[in-house]
Amino acid sequence: MPANHPGTRSGGESGVPVRIQVTSSDDPRAGRIVEGARLLGVTGLVACRVSRIHYLQGDLTVADVDRLCREVLVDPVVDELVVGSPAPTPHPAVEVAPRPGVTDTEARELERAAAALGLPPVRASTARRYELIGDLDGAAVSAISRRLLANDTVEQYSLDSIPPAFDTPTTAGARVDSVGLSGLADADLMSLSRERLLSLDLAEMRAIQEHFGREGRDPTDAELETLAQTWSEHCMHKTFRARVRLEHTRADGSVTGVYYDGLLAALRTVTEELAPPWLRSAFDDNAGIVAFDGDFDLAFKVETHNHPSALEPFGGANTGIGGVVRDVMGVSARPIACTNVLCFGPPDLADRDLPAGVLHPRRVRDGVVAGIGDYGNKLGLPTVNGAVLYDEGYVANPLVYCGALGLLPSGSHPTEPGVGDRIIAIGGRTGRDGIHGATFSSAGMDEATAEQAGTVVQIGDPITEKGCIEVVEEARDRRLYNAITDCGAGGFSSAVGEMGEHLGAEVDLAGAPLKYEGLEPWEIWLSEAQERMVLAVPGDKVETLRRLCARHDVEMTDLGLFTGTGRLVVRYAETPVVDLPMDFLHGGGPRREMIGRWADPTPEPAQVPDADPARLVLDLLSHPTVASKEAIVRTYDHEVRGGTVGRPFVGVRADGPGDGAVLKPLGTWGHDMAVALAVGINPRIGRLDPWAMAMHAIDEAVRNLVAVGADPGRVALLDNFCWGDPTKPDRLGSLVRAVEGCLEGARRYRMPFISGKDSLFNEYAGEAIPGTLLISALGLVPDLHRTLGSALTRAGHDLWLVGEASERLGGSLVAELLGIGDQPVPPAVEDPLRRYLAVHRLIAEGSVTAAHDVSDGGVAAAVAEMAVGGRLGVEATVPAPGESLVVALTNEAPGRLLLEAPRDRRDHLAARLSSLGRRIGAVTAEPSIRIDVTGPAAGRKPVTIDLDAAVRAFTGRGSAPDGRP
Amino acid sequence: MRRCEPSPDEDQPRTDALEEGTCENSPKEDAVAAPPILILHSPGTNRDAEAALAVKLAGGDPSIVSMNDLRAGAASMSGFAALVLPGGFSYGDALGAGARLALELRTWLYEELAGAVRSGRPVLGICNGFQALLKSGLFGEPGAPRRVTLTDNANGRFECRWVNLRVEPGCRSGWLRAIEGTLIRCPVAHGEGRVAVTDPEVVRVLEEERLVAFRYLSEDSHAGAEQVAGGRYPANPNGSVADIAGLCDPTGTAVGLMPHPEDHVVDWQRPGGPPGGLGLAIFEAFVDAAR
Repeated sequence: MPANHPGTRSGGESGVPVRIQVTSSDDPRAGRIVEGARLLGVTGLVACRVSRIHYLQGDLTVADVDRLCREVLVDPVVDELVVGSPAPTPHPAVEVAPRPGVTDTEARELERAAAALGLPPVRASTARRYELIGDLDGAAVSAISRRLLANDTVEQYSLDSIPPAFDTPTTAGARVDSVGLSGLADADLMSLSRERLLSLDLAEMRAIQEHFGREGRDPTDAELETLAQTWSEHCMHKTFRARVRLEHTRADGSVTGVYYDGLLAALRTVTEELAPPWLRSAFDDNAGIVAFDGDFDLAFKVETHNHPSALEPFGGANTGIGGVVRDVMGVSARPIACTNVLCFGPPDLADRDLPAGVLHPRRVRDGVVAGIGDYGNKLGLPTVNGAVLYDEGYVANPLVYCGALGLLPSGSHPTEPGVGDRIIAIGGRTGRDGIHGATFSSAGMDEATAEQAGTVVQIGDPITEKGCIEVVEEARDRRLYNAITDCGAGGFSSAVGEMGEHLGAEVDLAGAPLKYEGLEPWEIWLSEAQERMVLAVPGDKVETLRRLCARHDVEMTDLGLFTGTGRLVVRYAETPVVDLPMDFLHGGGPRREMIGRWADPTPEPAQVPDADPARLVLDLLSHPTVASKEAIVRTYDHEVRGGTVGRPFVGVRADGPGDGAVLKPLGTWGHDMAVALAVGINPRIGRLDPWAMAMHAIDEAVRNLVAVGADPGRVALLDNFCWGDPTKPDRLGSLVRAVEGCLEGARRYRMPFISGKDSLFNEYAGEAIPGTLLISALGLVPDLHRTLGSALTRAGHDLWLVGEASERLGGSLVAELLGIGDQPVPPAVEDPLRRYLAVHRLIAEGSVTAAHDVSDGGVAAAVAEMAVGGRLGVEATVPAPGESLVVALTNEAPGRLLLEAPRDRRDHLAARLSSLGRRIGAVTAEPSIRIDVTGPAAGRKPVTIDLDAAVRAFTGRGSAPDGRP
Repeated sequence: MRRCEPSPDEDQPRTDALEEGTCENSPKEDAVAAPPILILHSPGTNRDAEAALAVKLAGGDPSIVSMNDLRAGAASMSGFAALVLPGGFSYGDALGAGARLALELRTWLYEELAGAVRSGRPVLGICNGFQALLKSGLFGEPGAPRRVTLTDNANGRFECRWVNLRVEPGCRSGWLRAIEGTLIRCPVAHGEGRVAVTDPEVVRVLEEERLVAFRYLSEDSHAGAEQVAGGRYPANPNGSVADIAGLCDPTGTAVGLMPHPEDHVVDWQRPGGPPGGLGLAIFEAFVDAAR
């Protein structure tokens, strides 16, 4: 025992770890667990006592433990401390701990805090304890444990004191196996691909077999894995690069064949046709880049993290944000904002409708939301824009789109690594986490997936990434690197392989810092551990970068150098691990030939049932897809960085919906221009007509941008396709139709796609999700003082409607609500730019006081939302396209915007809008929304909705006695 | 304003993301030289750039200095006239908000910190900076057990929204006196911002000792018609006892608050509503006291 630590020995290296249990009085988590249990149908739980548990192993005295508790673990005002075994309790107690190898930032911080106090080295692990108070049988305790408290994928639970889970070193290292390929028959090649989770098809396995046949040897395990990662759907986008033939059956029965020499190439072609002068980089790098103000450029990227979020919602969404932020860092941009779009199953799904092995949509939602907030908030990035959709198609396979916006000085992103540059890794340590992530996301899921996926799902460590952000920004400004990329899917293998594609690289894995000992070289090489970036750094700048990293507590490692030999050579000390020619790695994979089939839908318009229109509008407002997302969005910091001008919530009570985000980036306050972000998405249309879904999604994103004041003449688009298994012709057919919609939309709106991503194989047990296209739009607001909200501002102002209604209800929320099945989809907008430019000019000159896009729920819901935001009434008369009042109020024809403008601008708006729009009524001080119709449906009783009822329906308030969202 | 030069040899304090001017405000001009003000940056700190901008607009000369540079002796607190501990998630708040930063303040920076306070150099802790200052013990009696803390919001969630605040009239802080009674509007963004006490008596003591620096006001409060939030959500966004949003230390030199006045330094940052309520007022009083 060290002489400077007198006292009783408390826990030795080989001894029993010390158990420290800290309980906060009235921990608010307890109430949420009780509520969660009630939603599970467990009514017997009346209260819950939550405790944090810390295990410490090390040469600590009793005095040391006491000091650590006093100094860091226990808040004397609210906490109660128990050291040693927990006191006996008459109530069932459940303890939950992360599985070994799962990121536990709390334990790592505790170890560092002990070091900061000068204590001997300790190993820490953490757990949570829940004492369940109430009348509960074993089944109820088990249900609460499994379905509320612990997620089997990353956690274990015990109905007793849980043993500490320290990361256990395994004995391994430096072992490189060779995998026998020569002479294998086709069937054997395929079973090898399956057994090793390579997700490679026969043509690819044969290409690898032939390559090593020529080399006269078998591949190593690491070589095979490297090829599988590089050629994975996730990294290579095999489907979007494949030669694709679409067999398209038209509504009239005629069949045409369309051939695409790559869907990605087709999207690029339109961008190259449009080639606006402000385009900096499209599709070439980790994120798309456009000019902002002459001094700065903007980088924008949206990714998906669907499969990990299905299995471990918190960690999946957490690392989804982490990953897309690194994409933006990978183009040398300082991340400045996050976005997210989430698609879940219905929150009230009955248990009997939940497939085996699937987490309930409510649990998925709560975990995903917490994961997004945790990462974005801790990075100090405002989460400013997005959407949340609920649809039965996402029960087993939720969609989690994560976006990041970045800012970089024009021309500051270097992309040419030089021969002799050092390969420098910065950030997190490498563990076994995330191995096979790329190949995992390139296959469907089923009941057994959760069990196999333990290493794929990760928990993030945002503070490590925060340090990397600061290091990269300063390193960029000091020109310390010649190229940079993130470690995403495929880990070092992809990062080094891509960066050194035209040079060749030599890597020694023996120096890579590891989370724990015992990783095989191929595991170090392929690990997808989070929070790592790779930089190409000239030798004379390595020491400066090292000092910079030290300032920000960022670990830095020299892995090797770029060589100029054209080969990727990896060693573990003296042991050869990989030796592959770069051209085979990047160009040796066979291109796929794929076939898609699509038949245009030919639905007949259904008779619209007679429904009480006022009731219907309230039902639309309270539909989870339309209703306020405050309970979710207020858990995201949308104010940090001080530049949020267009917010998620608007109006006098800050509870009306914002259409898009407007941001004034720090560092650009010398002028009045601002950035706008918005999204468009509608899977209901996609089920009927994916081409129309693309057109409508583009329109929705654009009209959201226009509504907040952005210039429709300078908009860049991002596509994110989430589809099922593209090797099935019906899935691929609908995907190709959506791409065709994007091609037409880009041309018609004159807006280039600058980046995109596809996530395929979103299937569960053979059932595909509804093919879902997210359009994210990036625009510029010429003057941030002319940013608008959707909330009405003043009684007496006029209300205007731009655009035409449609009799078609296909893809509308009201069709879903009324259960009227497949319907024709409203036509896409013929000449969208004309109307949007006209509206933009009115907004930019200050003639408009509020604007709102008409989307889910139609014009009645949109008018009601404006009234809710402003707590003002409306008297309006809208044109009816047919005889049905319901259709007139709730159709979701695209291309429509509602504008509020002062009465003295009436003639001006009439002249400017001409036939594009019409005045439909006025804002009133009355607490009611009254909508009449003209046209064939005129003469019906006008719809009158009480403003308070609309507020309650939209905000959900009034249901909770304390008024909490 | 010092800028970071792209010189590979110098490791100097960061002053990035600051402007020479803004679209609406330019730095307060004053015959007196701008006092040098340290913005402390530890791993996980954010809103440091906004705090620096606020200090600059208020007429100060901000430098963002990293904890590791202070520790390594590459920078020192001694040359600075005032100190800001900005918001964020220092060390990820993994052991409780601000707990690890508080440990650092206590274990090796306490003498410098307490010395600054003793010599009347103003200290401002915002959000995570407030949590760390409070948990370091700086706001309590030396050696006595702490009776006030910042803990989980009453609704158990992180909460981001704009609130109304009042600079508490008669507060002990000398440098807040210039703006006492002023209504400030700015956002909160925190998960652990609820002021909690060991027993109700503590609130009485805080009030008697005039240590309450800020309180949350009702949603419809405006200049000339202020009313405290009365514990009601969302005006009091976290369930803080007695609507307390900020406190000062027994000398009045160190002030901490949960809301973010640095996010309301120009008019366009405000989400509508009546004019005024700039958080900049707090920084102007702070910088003036640092002269």
